[in-house]
Amino acid sequence: MRDSFDILVAGAGPAGMAAAVSAAAAGRRIGLVDDNPAAGGQIWRSGGELPGDARRWIASLEASGVVRLQGWRVFDAPRPGVLHAERGDGECAELGYKSLILATGARERFLPFPGWTLPNVMGAGGLDAMVRGGVPIAEKRVVVAGTGPLLLAVAAHLKRHGARIVAVCDQAPWSRLLRFGARLLTEPAKLRQGVEYRMAIRGARYLTGCWIVAAHGHDRLESVTLRQGNKQWNVPCDFVGCGFHLVPNIELPALLGCRVDHGFVSVDENMQTSIPGVYCAGEPTGIGGVELAVLEGRIAGLAAAGRPEEARKLARRRRGKLGFVGALEQACALDPQLRSLPTGDTRVCRCEDVRFVTLHGHSTWRDAKLQTRCGMGPCQGRICGPATEFLFGWRVESVRPPIFPALVSSLGSAFESDGPHPNSAPEGAFPTFAKETP
Amino acid sequence: MSDAARSIVLMVNGTAMSVAPGTTVAAAVLMAGAPTRRSVTGEPRGPLCGMGICFECRVTIDGVPHQRSCQILCAPGMSVSTAGLPTS
Repeated sequence: MRDSFDILVAGAGPAGMAAAVSAAAAGRRIGLVDDNPAAGGQIWRSGGELPGDARRWIASLEASGVVRLQGWRVFDAPRPGVLHAERGDGECAELGYKSLILATGARERFLPFPGWTLPNVMGAGGLDAMVRGGVPIAEKRVVVAGTGPLLLAVAAHLKRHGARIVAVCDQAPWSRLLRFGARLLTEPAKLRQGVEYRMAIRGARYLTGCWIVAAHGHDRLESVTLRQGNKQWNVPCDFVGCGFHLVPNIELPALLGCRVDHGFVSVDENMQTSIPGVYCAGEPTGIGGVELAVLEGRIAGLAAAGRPEEARKLARRRRGKLGFVGALEQACALDPQLRSLPTGDTRVCRCEDVRFVTLHGHSTWRDAKLQTRCGMGPCQGRICGPATEFLFGWRVESVRPPIFPALVSSLGSAFESDGPHPNSAPEGAFPTFAKETP
Repeated sequence: MSDAARSIVLMVNGTAMSVAPGTTVAAAVLMAGAPTRRSVTGEPRGPLCGMGICFECRVTIDGVPHQRSCQILCAPGMSVSTAGLPTS
């Protein structure tokens, strides 16, 4: 199928929804393409209760007339003004745009430790998403670990669903978390939320400067070993949610050629990237949380729709909030001791089962890829890339299409502008979209 | 959850199970007690990221392999097989 838009938004999380709704108010043809089954992104993932803000944005989106392509994964940007996307059933779409807003969000950073590949060891947000997807958690013993504000939010949410939170372990030392807490005095809403989360899990152990050194079990998780300072002890549990803050999803911006600085997409005050007409909003420009993501989405939407005055007003508000990005990054800085968690046998690349010991002696990400197949599996280094960046200081580079695995039939010539490939489906074989995609 | 809420019946590795609307295939597989896949060296694996990025939750759905089960909702009559087990 082919469609084209005045403004196309990639990603239907808080930033993407805000961008699409803000742009739509200007009465243009807007498209919103997203990989997930429903709008909301990860932080406002459907399943279970959603905060009022989320419900309002989703309602606005539904009323907006934005063409929604939900369940479509963008895998290529073959030429300026065009993205290619694929749906789970193998259908392929060519999406044209005059302006593009990238709201691709973030993922958790995972660090390898012995046993982290056992079933029921997941990301913190990963476990939360699984519970929202229907995994029964009542009476299950859960350890939440890693670093960042997500840990308390996840623990509180799982507790509300009846989980027995055995421990919440943040690798950051208490002194640093206190400093971050003090910084939140200028962000009363965030502080209140943090206190609410903490109250929700009172009774659970909240440990700082503490992390999982190993997970144990045969075919699935049975227990973890925790370490805090010199103390080390074993804790039986059914699930682990372990994530070390967030890393931005910059594969699509990088593929398009947007300038990336220290791992984040560079934008001007209108959220425009180094490519005219291509905007970026939310976590890819700096991990700042949902409030900032929404604000950036609104700015990008208004700017892309040619309403610079309104965008400028919001840009002033954004400047006041950017300090939080740095504060969060400082609070989540990783303890160098975490580099010694993997043993020689620990899988670092889960797709290709590349062991930690195998990676020693390689000097770059590219070298390791070529020699060991690290990062060559279907996740394309999305999991092991950020891990090796921390473990070895490697820079993950050379993004190229397809940025997600795609069917051979979706690649290459099905959409060549000089006519269909002889083996491609005949014209009209792809159904075109109604306004809403189920 | 009441039985009435579990209105979707699907097959996981040849066994029928019922789930509530909105349940992901990954959640159904986990409830069935199966790993989603075997790694290239044969280790059992389950979902990690829950958001379609890590590819650990790949299963075969209605004969189509390599489907990311955390991004797909259960549908009536769906047949899911994991870890190379044949679809029933």
